[in-house]
Amino acid sequence: MSAQAAAPPPAAEGARARRLTERVFRVRELGIIVAFLALVAVTGILEPRFLEAGSLRNLALNASIFAILAVGQTLVLVTRNVDLSVGSVLGLSAYFAGDLLSNHQGLPIPVVFLLGIALGAACGLFNGILVTWGQVPALVVTLGTLYMFRGLAFLWTNGTQVNAETLPDAFLNLGTDSVLGVPFLVLIALVVMLAVGQWLRDYRAGRELYAIGSNPEGARLAGVRSERRVLTAFVLAGALAGLGGVLFTARFGTVDATAGFGYELTVIAAAVVGGVAIFGGAGSVYGAAMGALLLGTITSSLIVLKVAAFWQQAAIGALLLLAIAFDRFVALRVEAALRRRSARRAG
Amino acid sequence: MPADTTATPPTTGAPARDAEPTATGGARLRAVLGRWEALLIGLLVLTAVFGQGISSEFLTGDSFTTGSLDLSEVALMALALTLVIVAAEIDLSVASVLALSSALMAELWNGGMPLELIMPICLAAGAACGAFNGLLVTRFGLPSLAVTIGTLALFRGLALVVIGDESVTDFPANYTDLAFGNFAGTFVPNTMVLFAILAVAFGVLLHATPFGRSIYAIGANEEAAYFTGLRVKRVKLILFTLSGLVAALAGIVITLRNSTAAANVGQGFELTAITAVLLGGVSIFGGRGTIAGVILALLLLGGIQKALLLSQSISSYWIQIVTGALLVGSVLGPNIARRVSEARRRGTSHTPEEGSTT
Repeated sequence: MSAQAAAPPPAAEGARARRLTERVFRVRELGIIVAFLALVAVTGILEPRFLEAGSLRNLALNASIFAILAVGQTLVLVTRNVDLSVGSVLGLSAYFAGDLLSNHQGLPIPVVFLLGIALGAACGLFNGILVTWGQVPALVVTLGTLYMFRGLAFLWTNGTQVNAETLPDAFLNLGTDSVLGVPFLVLIALVVMLAVGQWLRDYRAGRELYAIGSNPEGARLAGVRSERRVLTAFVLAGALAGLGGVLFTARFGTVDATAGFGYELTVIAAAVVGGVAIFGGAGSVYGAAMGALLLGTITSSLIVLKVAAFWQQAAIGALLLLAIAFDRFVALRVEAALRRRSARRAG
Repeated sequence: MPADTTATPPTTGAPARDAEPTATGGARLRAVLGRWEALLIGLLVLTAVFGQGISSEFLTGDSFTTGSLDLSEVALMALALTLVIVAAEIDLSVASVLALSSALMAELWNGGMPLELIMPICLAAGAACGAFNGLLVTRFGLPSLAVTIGTLALFRGLALVVIGDESVTDFPANYTDLAFGNFAGTFVPNTMVLFAILAVAFGVLLHATPFGRSIYAIGANEEAAYFTGLRVKRVKLILFTLSGLVAALAGIVITLRNSTAAANVGQGFELTAITAVLLGGVSIFGGRGTIAGVILALLLLGGIQKALLLSQSISSYWIQIVTGALLVGSVLGPNIARRVSEARRRGTSHTPEEGSTT
């Protein structure tokens, strides 16, 4: 939202405005980190076992898959679209990976990853084509494919499930193994986050996603090939959901057609709590990943503090509402500040 | 997406109704029914033929009874949701309000309160949930998509808090029979009678009152509606409250109909309800659509579901795939049709007399 306000001013003005909005962003992401640390500290004081290495490790492991999905969702949200089908894509790809590995024992694991990602990308391509070429609003498309992909998963599994015993150990170890003390899953999430974050920040295609989201008409007039960029965003979001699916299988071992059911809500909540504007043009993947970590931590700390697990969902909902209300408030303040500043310049 | 007043004017959306051809009987029928409604009737006939082909049970009263019962709550919620979407907003929290109402009902019943007192309380709670959504959207200027994704989680969470993981099953038989039974010995379930009454009420409200016209005006162009003196915020607040109220009613219905209450009841119903509304020809960008279209869409959805359930050879998993495809197709189809007709018009622009044969 704040970047939206920063779009119009001329060059000299633009630099100042950008500095202001960048500061707002940094404060926004800092806010999430502060909230996260406060939550961990309070929980740790009340229940010291929460701070043990094993518990923190679990925290990070649980958040990794959501963080990867939230990074993908950010790409789509930034363009003023939304992808509600991520949970279903994850389910498809998770079962696909499990099915491949248990029926073709010799298959190299990287190939399984590539195939899972490719399946996700294909789903994303389907969404993207309907949104760009078909000119159907993303909300409608992905609501529809949420059903369709999940239906396909049910049709495919036909009530069966993949069991951990049929999967090769090397694959299952990926879900728990560590490299230099950092769990493999967390490492993948970090690499994904940094790569996409860099692409969004410094590459032309990445910057153009923001332009499309903050002012679609303006972006088109400025020569941005919006359709192609939006298509790319959907394909990448699908590919990341596919990656998430393979990792889901590695982590949990047992997979049926309901894998990832309802994930879309948590993922969107994570991105929005992390400062990604639901109407496009603003937010970063770092914020989104932090949002995923924060939501995961809330869930864990509620369990540790023996607050009835029933409060989890209510807490997530309340946090989401708080985040959008806060963003709205900040956006209004920034807008007012920018207007005052340009008025002072003009006068 | 709705709710963004600064958005560019929608270039996509439902088919334009202004280029209605004149003369010919078919065109006059289409003008009466609307092009979209006519298409839905056609699809309904196709479904009937297809369903009868699958099983001779399809076109029986019995199959209507079971088929429509399953869709009762979604149908109720779709009515109020139609008004919300016509006003270019969206309410994703309806199924969670349904669950909250159901949980509240069970908890109060366990506390020994009479049902006659519980039901108004549930309805009031639902209206309060709707008003909460409405206030966040109108007073704080937040997008309804984000707000209701938040309250989708919040209200479902509250339902869990209220009822926990227990489930309540001992509702009085006279009420559960009412919700499960048929109307006066016919094959029409009582819930469908309730739906019919509400459908007429919402139809009149939307199509025959100044309030209804103001909903269209707001959905078509909020700013213009504001400058013509319509109380945009108040209308929207009323619509969200209505949506919550009807969702709570659906919660009461589903609790009595299943004679159980559990916090996970109706998960995903919001998607089916939105599918019904959009399939009924209501534009996701607001300002266009009819209650009649939504009723036809509900019939179509129910018919397809029933046909697939009756089928021996086709897996019932297809229901989800077909529902999703219908949702996407209901917007994609008109878009493609418009492109084709535009391309054709461009192709024949030098002979304008020929151009009007669409």
